[in-house]
Amino acid sequence: MKSESQTPKTVSHSDEPKAARTLFRSDAMQRIMAFGALIVLAVGFSLASPYFRTFDNFVGILLATAVNGVLGLGVTFVIITAGIDLSVGTVLTFSAVMTGVFITNWHLPIPLGILGGVLAGGTAGLVNGLLISRMRIPPFIATLGMLYATKGLSLVISELKPIYFNDTPAFREMAMGSALGKIIPGFEVPNAVFIMFGAAIIAHLILSRTILGRYTFAMGSNEEATRLSGVNVAVWKTAVYALCGLFSGIGGVLMASRLNSAQPALGAGYELDAIAAVVIGGTSLSGGEGSILGTIIGAFIISTLTNGLRILSVPQEWQMVVTGGIVVAAVFLDMLRRRQQ
Amino acid sequence: MNILSSTVEGYEVLLVMEGIYKSFPGVQALSDVRFELRHGEVHALVGENGAGKSTLMKILGGIYHKDAGRVILEGREVEITSPGMAQHLGISIIHQELNLMPHLTVAQNIFIGREPRAKVPFVVDDNATNEKAMRLFELMNLRLDPTVKVADLTVAKQQMVEIAKALSFNAKILVMDEPTAALTDREIDELFAIIRQLREKGVGVVHISHRLEELKQISDRVTVMRDGKYIDTLMTSEAKVDQIISLMVGRTIYESTPELPENPNQEVALEVRNLSRGKVLRDVSFDLKTGEILGFAGLIGAGRTEVARAIFGADAYETGEILIKGKPVHIKSPGDAVMHGIGYLSEDRKRYGLTLGMDVKENVAMAAMKKFLRWAGWMDFKKTVLRGQEMVKALNIKTPSLEQKVKFLSGGNQQKVVIGKWLTADTDILIFDEPTRGIDVGAKSEIYKLLNDLAHQGKSIIMISSELPEVLRMSHRVVVMCEGRVTGILNAGEATQETIMKYATMRSEVIIDTPQ
Repeated sequence: MKSESQTPKTVSHSDEPKAARTLFRSDAMQRIMAFGALIVLAVGFSLASPYFRTFDNFVGILLATAVNGVLGLGVTFVIITAGIDLSVGTVLTFSAVMTGVFITNWHLPIPLGILGGVLAGGTAGLVNGLLISRMRIPPFIATLGMLYATKGLSLVISELKPIYFNDTPAFREMAMGSALGKIIPGFEVPNAVFIMFGAAIIAHLILSRTILGRYTFAMGSNEEATRLSGVNVAVWKTAVYALCGLFSGIGGVLMASRLNSAQPALGAGYELDAIAAVVIGGTSLSGGEGSILGTIIGAFIISTLTNGLRILSVPQEWQMVVTGGIVVAAVFLDMLRRRQQ
Repeated sequence: MNILSSTVEGYEVLLVMEGIYKSFPGVQALSDVRFELRHGEVHALVGENGAGKSTLMKILGGIYHKDAGRVILEGREVEITSPGMAQHLGISIIHQELNLMPHLTVAQNIFIGREPRAKVPFVVDDNATNEKAMRLFELMNLRLDPTVKVADLTVAKQQMVEIAKALSFNAKILVMDEPTAALTDREIDELFAIIRQLREKGVGVVHISHRLEELKQISDRVTVMRDGKYIDTLMTSEAKVDQIISLMVGRTIYESTPELPENPNQEVALEVRNLSRGKVLRDVSFDLKTGEILGFAGLIGAGRTEVARAIFGADAYETGEILIKGKPVHIKSPGDAVMHGIGYLSEDRKRYGLTLGMDVKENVAMAAMKKFLRWAGWMDFKKTVLRGQEMVKALNIKTPSLEQKVKFLSGGNQQKVVIGKWLTADTDILIFDEPTRGIDVGAKSEIYKLLNDLAHQGKSIIMISSELPEVLRMSHRVVVMCEGRVTGILNAGEATQETIMKYATMRSEVIIDTPQ
């Protein structure tokens, strides 16, 4: 019996995938598509309603994006490592409450109070990081635990009541005052918006220029290979979660300043908005890929959508349905793109 | 990076490993293993699957910790406790599975963990990283863009990145675990050119390979391992390939007379014609007769499991035909395969063969649920109990009860549950992938007996095994594969460990006539 016929030696090669790469497949594409979607949304709503295209409304959108945008920055780092942080919403609450304790109850100077609030968030993130990297608890579980713990702590510390900043009007000025408005009268854009953009620029520099950013991508891309390259994965992973906590802390202080109070029951659920912003922005849940710019665009898509639908008198319940659809559609488009790679 | 300009230190001893012991739960992986490497030497390390080559090198690389023994590097005893420490000592290992970060660029991969820093703390200097990579490539005569993402490179280029990374550590010792497995001939030539350059610079290279004819081209000495033991070290120029093969397979006690059921039937149950998929499956053709046990031999990565998965519909194939009892069939999913009477018992039964958290009777019913259903999806509980009892008795499954979760059974009994599951599905063709992996000797012979009984009952069996004695003992015929091709089909009479190893390491095309 002839058991083997002559095999032709024509092994096909996909040697130069680079040449074949189209723009559609490129990594920047998700960001371009997201940005395009944002423009389409803004133009669409502007045409649909004269109330949407007012200066005040645009300022409103910017302000509404500030807190979620800052939260999303930290979550971007975590998701690029192929992890998840469910606790950012309640860590934000915790930071806001701690800021209230420091400034209103303890009468600390405002800058010190702000620093304390941000560090409170960083501490929660550090604990997340230690649980995940040292005790090897899956990120989903560790941060779920932190979600409940900080939610409870906020209520305990505040004794279930909001903490107001009525004695310290300068604290409210931090987010809601407008440095720009003083320079250019008429352009009263609140400082919170610039704080978000500032934080985003810092996050972008950390992610793209620093050793922490490099290891964030490396761990998400191939954690074992990173470890075998002599990188102390446990330390850097802890740092990523701690950084995420710090951004939640900034978010908490912004929130408290904006509302002129620390609301112990507000913040739960924000983590989902933050994750949605990150995902819409093209950061891959399987790790190794993502960008800060994408997350900021994602956060703007969510707030523009919410704002526009509200102006068109779409009930809030339906706004949520639409947001859900957008998240799924964004991820589906992203998967289509990847599948072609 | 001055590795390529460091001086040749003559033929002095660079590394000695002696008396190395290492055990894993249930297995003595290495016992009293010895290995020596000189400056400027390419030292081949060969042995069958599971001989302990990779384990030995992982100890050298600080990934595993030895139980006993000494490692002497340049005359000093060293204790290598981590991959980082191995790198620090100048030991670089390129693992079988590439260890790169696909989303990072070439340069970022090479300098991961020791990125050139800018003046600002924590800030990475990417321009300097790229420049360093370029200088490294110039020394290696390598044309590669350091700013390209690794995911966009071919496997061969990725391999080059790994080598460049290893060299950038000023490696004195470079270990390559099957570096040529995924490369084309031209790419192998490129790789060997680089290895020769390294040899001239005094680097000690350990080359683990299954391709014996390659050793002649590249290595100075060859060390043979078998069953976790050191066997011998030969000068490559004096050694014959046959001699190396016989050292690799040894004369093991297993070689008892085969207890084959006579094969009463010449009817073809399954025929596979020219099955191909990329480089994984290349024009695979064979037939399986009714009541036959057809052994599949070959080294790891030869494509045996891939053939099985393609037949079972778990993976797609590009071209080729599958015929059952002479009729062409289209198998697109495991569901189709079961419908056509094919059952597959995976090599990884815990992942693919069993639902570990469920009990014996539920697992037995799993592949043939339809038989246990009543109206509107209701399970016929009594029927599953009856069938479970039947199988426990027929297969001699040692379990305290039918309600025992299978994760608490021993490996051998788990394997029997999987067999019971496919017997319940009543498929005519059974593909066993490493049926005795992780099973102790006693249970092994029971599994062998079961296979024989099944063949007697007219089931047609494909048995993939990496244990040559097992293949020889159990098969009517042996299909030998190498690199996705069938390199030989041997009758029981002509199959020996030596002939199988010869075909299993045969890289060029061969036509073999097997007398019927």
